[in-house]
Amino acid sequence: MNTQAQYLKAIYLTQQQEDGPASTGDVADMLDVSPASANEMIGKLENRGLLNHEKYKGVDLTDDGIAQAREALQNYCIIERFLIEVLEVEEFQAEAKQLEGVIDETVADRLDTIIDRKPQCPDCFDPEGDVCGLLEVEAEVTSD
Amino acid sequence: MSLTQPVASDHQLARLLQIGIVLEEVVEARSAKHAEETSGEHEQAVLDLLAHAETESAEHRRQLEALIDDLEADTVPFEEIEMLVEAQYEADKDFDGVLYDQLCNEETAYKFYDDLIEAIEASDVTFTIDRERLLAVLSDIREDEAEGVEDVTDLMEDYQ
Repeated sequence: MNTQAQYLKAIYLTQQQEDGPASTGDVADMLDVSPASANEMIGKLENRGLLNHEKYKGVDLTDDGIAQAREALQNYCIIERFLIEVLEVEEFQAEAKQLEGVIDETVADRLDTIIDRKPQCPDCFDPEGDVCGLLEVEAEVTSD
Repeated sequence: MSLTQPVASDHQLARLLQIGIVLEEVVEARSAKHAEETSGEHEQAVLDLLAHAETESAEHRRQLEALIDDLEADTVPFEEIEMLVEAQYEADKDFDGVLYDQLCNEETAYKFYDDLIEAIEASDVTFTIDRERLLAVLSDIREDEAEGVEDVTDLMEDYQ
């Protein structure tokens, strides 16, 4: 996944949380970058037809942007599940964030052949927990 | 233009090499499964290709394990991945499916090593292991994967 994909994913999740356009400040916070960097990238994504940006209103993904964002989110979910299920990494969220910039979707697809990802992915993603919502359920069931 | 982010630390490098090992193990296990499923039904050339893929992946895995050792990280036991492949494996009964899966294996591995080499070259980090040795090993493996893509493509063309 590259920087563009990471931005699309962050905008998609912010829009979901807000149930409307995403503010550039919230996108910058989610990605831990400066508002100026976020604004620059958002401008590029707008030129590529992936989002619409209205001043004072926020950022709204186009259909193409949503499709790419969902793919990016799915890749992220694959990386997280792979880290948990195969490599048993405790700090999987932090590591997934580092790896999503290096792991391409073709590689994620192969990793997907050995993990137990649910058919509703990526709709089950919980943005606040930064993890698949079903994984939390599984964890609770296991700890009972 | 490179879109890949640089490798940031020894820890991240070790993690990426672990992923490389897992990818090789997936190829090794899936090739063996395919050979089992297709045995006796298809041309010897396909079985030879699968046997070669299995052996080559095992060799790549050993090379990556040697690098991981020097980073003092753990490898991922083959038996564990073999079990996971077994659990999720869906047999490609048709002949095209087997070759297509092999092509995906080779192309994915090539893309992984290509991105990894780019990410290491873009990094300013001084790794515990010698950078030249690391890049030489990864470049050799990438070369093998490129040849693997050609071999599968040639075989697919032969059967068209």
